[in-house]
Amino acid sequence: MRYGAFMTSTYTVLSEGLEKRYGSGDQMVHALRGLDLAVEEGTVCGLLGPNGAGKTTAVRVLTTLLRPDAGSARVAGHDVLTEAPAVRRRIGVTGQYASVDGDLTGRENLRLFARLLRLPRSHADELLDRFGLTAAADRTARTYSGGMRRRLDLAASLLTRPAVLFLDEPTTGLDPHSRSAIWDAVRELTRQGTTVLLTTQYLEEADQLADSVVLIDGGRAAHRGTPAELKAQTGSYAEVVVAEDAALHAAAVVLDQLTGAEPTLDPDRRAVGVVTLDQALTLPRIVRELDASGVPIVDATLRPPTLDEAFLRLTGGRELVA
Amino acid sequence: MTTAFLYDGTAMLGRHLQRIRHAPAILVMTQTMPIVFLLFFGYVFGSALAMPGADYRAFLVPGMLVATAANGIMTGMFTAAQDSHRGVMDRFRTLPMTRAAVPLGQAAADIVTTAAGLVPLLLVGLAMGWRIEGGALEAAGAFGLLLLFRFAATWVGILFGLVSRSEEAAGQLGGATFMLPLLSNAYIPTAGFPGWVRVLAEWNPISAVATAVRDLFGNAPVPGGSSWPVAHPVAGSLAWCAVLLTVCVPLAVRRYTTGGR
Repeated sequence: MRYGAFMTSTYTVLSEGLEKRYGSGDQMVHALRGLDLAVEEGTVCGLLGPNGAGKTTAVRVLTTLLRPDAGSARVAGHDVLTEAPAVRRRIGVTGQYASVDGDLTGRENLRLFARLLRLPRSHADELLDRFGLTAAADRTARTYSGGMRRRLDLAASLLTRPAVLFLDEPTTGLDPHSRSAIWDAVRELTRQGTTVLLTTQYLEEADQLADSVVLIDGGRAAHRGTPAELKAQTGSYAEVVVAEDAALHAAAVVLDQLTGAEPTLDPDRRAVGVVTLDQALTLPRIVRELDASGVPIVDATLRPPTLDEAFLRLTGGRELVA
Repeated sequence: MTTAFLYDGTAMLGRHLQRIRHAPAILVMTQTMPIVFLLFFGYVFGSALAMPGADYRAFLVPGMLVATAANGIMTGMFTAAQDSHRGVMDRFRTLPMTRAAVPLGQAAADIVTTAAGLVPLLLVGLAMGWRIEGGALEAAGAFGLLLLFRFAATWVGILFGLVSRSEEAAGQLGGATFMLPLLSNAYIPTAGFPGWVRVLAEWNPISAVATAVRDLFGNAPVPGGSSWPVAHPVAGSLAWCAVLLTVCVPLAVRRYTTGGR
């Protein structure tokens, strides 16, 4: 049985043991090292990881753009290696770099893709309207803002109402307004039953959209779960900035006693930080304890960890594998 | 399958023509260059070249038409290299379309623009004293051969463009193909070339095509030419085109299909 680990028909995206290397010798990059994925039909799966973790390589393999060195994958019921044309009929892909022709207008782009998909021109015009691009439809795409290009790209991916939509960092570099417009479009699609595989560097994006999250580290799935589980496991990040260098160690001792975790010192900024899983820890309590110990502080914060911090936590304190 | 291929190819042809419509300056420049060269070679170099019993400018015009056709290598290379580094290629590759349609559309669009560009070049040629001296059918054959040779040259260019690592590399290599007509009888008869250079020049496909085009237009025959393709210019030209297309089309399509994999 090739898909022993996840042998069931409810998974729309399924990969097992994907391996991919680029280059050779000293230059060799091992982008995927046995990646297993399973995305249930009609759900959004977020692939999280820093640059170079293997997210984009995984998407390129699953969308038939890249041939893996080992392993297998099925998308929408078809093998990506042996049934690539069937896979292509059932997917939509929106890349990190907008996959539209900058030398054509928005309308010409969508009409060209519609033509290649044997769809009527009117369908392309409807999508321009739906994504708020009608006013700019007759300008070349290179004149579009980042958000407009991304919307055009997403519109191009939705011409066929795909079974699986791949979004490779769909909001990287976008302003908050454009970002929420993309998020709304993705939510609308999942309501209609489309399965979405999303890669992102933003924990918040996964939190907003994903039903399940896979943390990728060094080309492997390092952690799986729901966004809530992920957050519960990564806890929160507390940081205080002290008024004088001499108080740095005293602050570290207090934070150590409060959390039981080892704080990290940043002498240049006179800052002490610590990651804690303690849900009961509040900012007033941190400030009170420091005050009681006579540590002079100028700033204190308690916030969800960044993705980097979550990585440090979930990968056992190792440095990021980039 | 064939219908799908032609349908997709026509769609890609439309894509290239739309791109030209949005940025016509590039096309105007590539179409003007041969005219500039024709005037420059005809009136600057031509003033120093004495061809016994022949008018150099009338000799040069058909040669420049063929050199322009050979420029398909440069244009094809640059366009393919530029295209292959664009995000839109990823979209084409993830669409359920015939993959060979992408390079075919490029080559077809190139033929359309080349045919249009021949008109002003011919008018300048006529103004310089060159004439079609043979029959209309033969002249039509000459134009057909020019376009066929351009088509073959474009596929050579597409192949090299897809193989090259960057647009810059393709630009430099493509620029170097400007040398190819210099090593043929397009601009100067090969009779005076020294030893092995002459052999090379006479086996250059451009020499065979230039000889065939001069024959078909009824222009004065070129002195020199002992290679088989030049001695049998029409058959030799067709053979060269067949060889170039048979080698380059499958390799280019294969390269496009497996690109990035």
